[in-house]
Amino acid sequence: MKNILLICRKEVNSYFVSPIAYLLMAFFGLIFGVGFYTATRQLMQYSFQMQMQGGGPSMNVNEQIIRPLLGFASTIALFLVPMITMRLFAEEKKTGTIELLLTSPVRDLDIVVGKWAGAMVLYLCVLGMSVLDVALLFAWGKPDWKPVLVAYLGLILQGGVLLAVGAFISTTTKNQIIAGGVTFFVCLLLWLLSWFTEFNSGAFSSVVNYLSIVTHFDNFAKGVLDSKDVVFYLSFIFFGLFLTSRSMESLRWRS
Amino acid sequence: MIKVEGLTKRYARTVAVDNISFEIEKGQIVGFLGPNGAGKTTTMRVLTCFLPPSAGTASVAGYDVLENPMEVKKRIGYLPETPPLYPEMDVAGYLDFAGRLKGISSADIAKRADEVMEKCALGDVRYKLISKLSKGYRQRVGLAQAIIHNPDVLILDEPTSGLDPKQIIEIRELLKHLAGEHTIILSTHILSEVEHSCERVIIISQGKLVATDSVANLTNRLRGSESVAVEIEAPGGHPASAEVQQRLEQVSGVSRVVSKDPKDGRMSFEVESLQGRQIRSDLARSVVNAGWNLSELRPVGLSLEEIFLQLTAAEAKAGKKTDKKKDEQPEAPKQ
Repeated sequence: MKNILLICRKEVNSYFVSPIAYLLMAFFGLIFGVGFYTATRQLMQYSFQMQMQGGGPSMNVNEQIIRPLLGFASTIALFLVPMITMRLFAEEKKTGTIELLLTSPVRDLDIVVGKWAGAMVLYLCVLGMSVLDVALLFAWGKPDWKPVLVAYLGLILQGGVLLAVGAFISTTTKNQIIAGGVTFFVCLLLWLLSWFTEFNSGAFSSVVNYLSIVTHFDNFAKGVLDSKDVVFYLSFIFFGLFLTSRSMESLRWRS
Repeated sequence: MIKVEGLTKRYARTVAVDNISFEIEKGQIVGFLGPNGAGKTTTMRVLTCFLPPSAGTASVAGYDVLENPMEVKKRIGYLPETPPLYPEMDVAGYLDFAGRLKGISSADIAKRADEVMEKCALGDVRYKLISKLSKGYRQRVGLAQAIIHNPDVLILDEPTSGLDPKQIIEIRELLKHLAGEHTIILSTHILSEVEHSCERVIIISQGKLVATDSVANLTNRLRGSESVAVEIEAPGGHPASAEVQQRLEQVSGVSRVVSKDPKDGRMSFEVESLQGRQIRSDLARSVVNAGWNLSELRPVGLSLEEIFLQLTAAEAKAGKKTDKKKDEQPEAPKQ
């Protein structure tokens, strides 16, 4: 545990001494802000029209702003994750610092979990930028807070899965660009799986649909906390980290 | 302290280390010597538990590298060929991280970091980013990292490569200071390095163990023979080179005469003596008695480089001989 924290702290430090952390936070904050502005403006126009005409369905901040926005955030996360994870192992392999880690009295799994946790901290900081916007809604409106919390939990779990996948891919190469590119491609594929199954049916497509991380996020976005989805994400994270530590162990045998 | 038996490491297509065995006593400084690609780094990586051996065993302080890697790692300080430094950290921060990674408790870490910074003369650059340090300083930070947990065994992979002469001397001094407390293995392909800092030397070539002996023994054994450069004036091509060579070869104690290209009307030869023979005065007398003008007579020390080449060449020859014997065995004895 001590070692996990140590490595996690080191990763977080190295993210925050380089511009990458601030860039990602600014980038995400900006895009989320634009999305927030557009959604809020639409809602206001819509409700203004409703007032003039009278009647119509009742307005709901949760349904009209928060849910689509956090869904949007989960899509942006697909693009952010490769930038967070690409350096995790590839950089250490390239500069040779991996030799320090692997010849120190630390278990491989501690290194993997520590690094993943460090990436997770940065991801949370990036995600934190959206809280600024959502907080505005709470300041001037009365949205229901429970579904918002569930949606954030979904975002965090989904991020954990993608980061574990990215960490695994980063162990397989010395080249950060390749690690980032492949991770991006895989994230995209996981995202597209749900589209693929939309027009198909049968056992195969329901398996594929189950594997799509986006499908599982839909429930969280609706504010539904289903243990099935939580278990899916958690087991995916464990599986990813297990693969990562195996892959790191194989470095010793292959190199 | 370190025991290696029958160690073999195969990569996909090549055998990097082939059946090496040696033992190292506590407190020794051992030079691990070999040309590039001889298997030095691979052997060191096995000892540090970075790579598992393909066959054979290696143990440090009684702990096997495969069965008890954690115990081995606790007792080893390792400086790889490129120091494993994080450029974005400052020196103090890096040593703090490395120390904690090696299991130093929070209570002791600051004290230990100060101690190694003093030992490695890093006080001035304490708060400097590692990316801004010169190569010599980086090497010292790497060394500081290796000794921060006060390991029993220090394994240094080419600690002086790429440094300027002044920095090399500084590192050597540092190693001498460390020698008393730690068992040190350092690898190098520069032989003078071994002469300067090691007590024992292990020579490997092409993955095989060639020799292991104390440095003094090795140099004595091979420096028994003397090598002398002789220059003789020969205006207008007289005397003839072949004649001179013949005469030099007849001097007692001479084992070999190598003729070199004549230059500015002078012939030059390199004469090697038999083991343990002084030939300089005899050579001079012989030349003068023949009526030739001796313009230079200079002893050429056999450098460790040459010794090394001799050893590795001898090894190759011996290998061939045993092969031949094997081939001949089935035949009826001829003599």
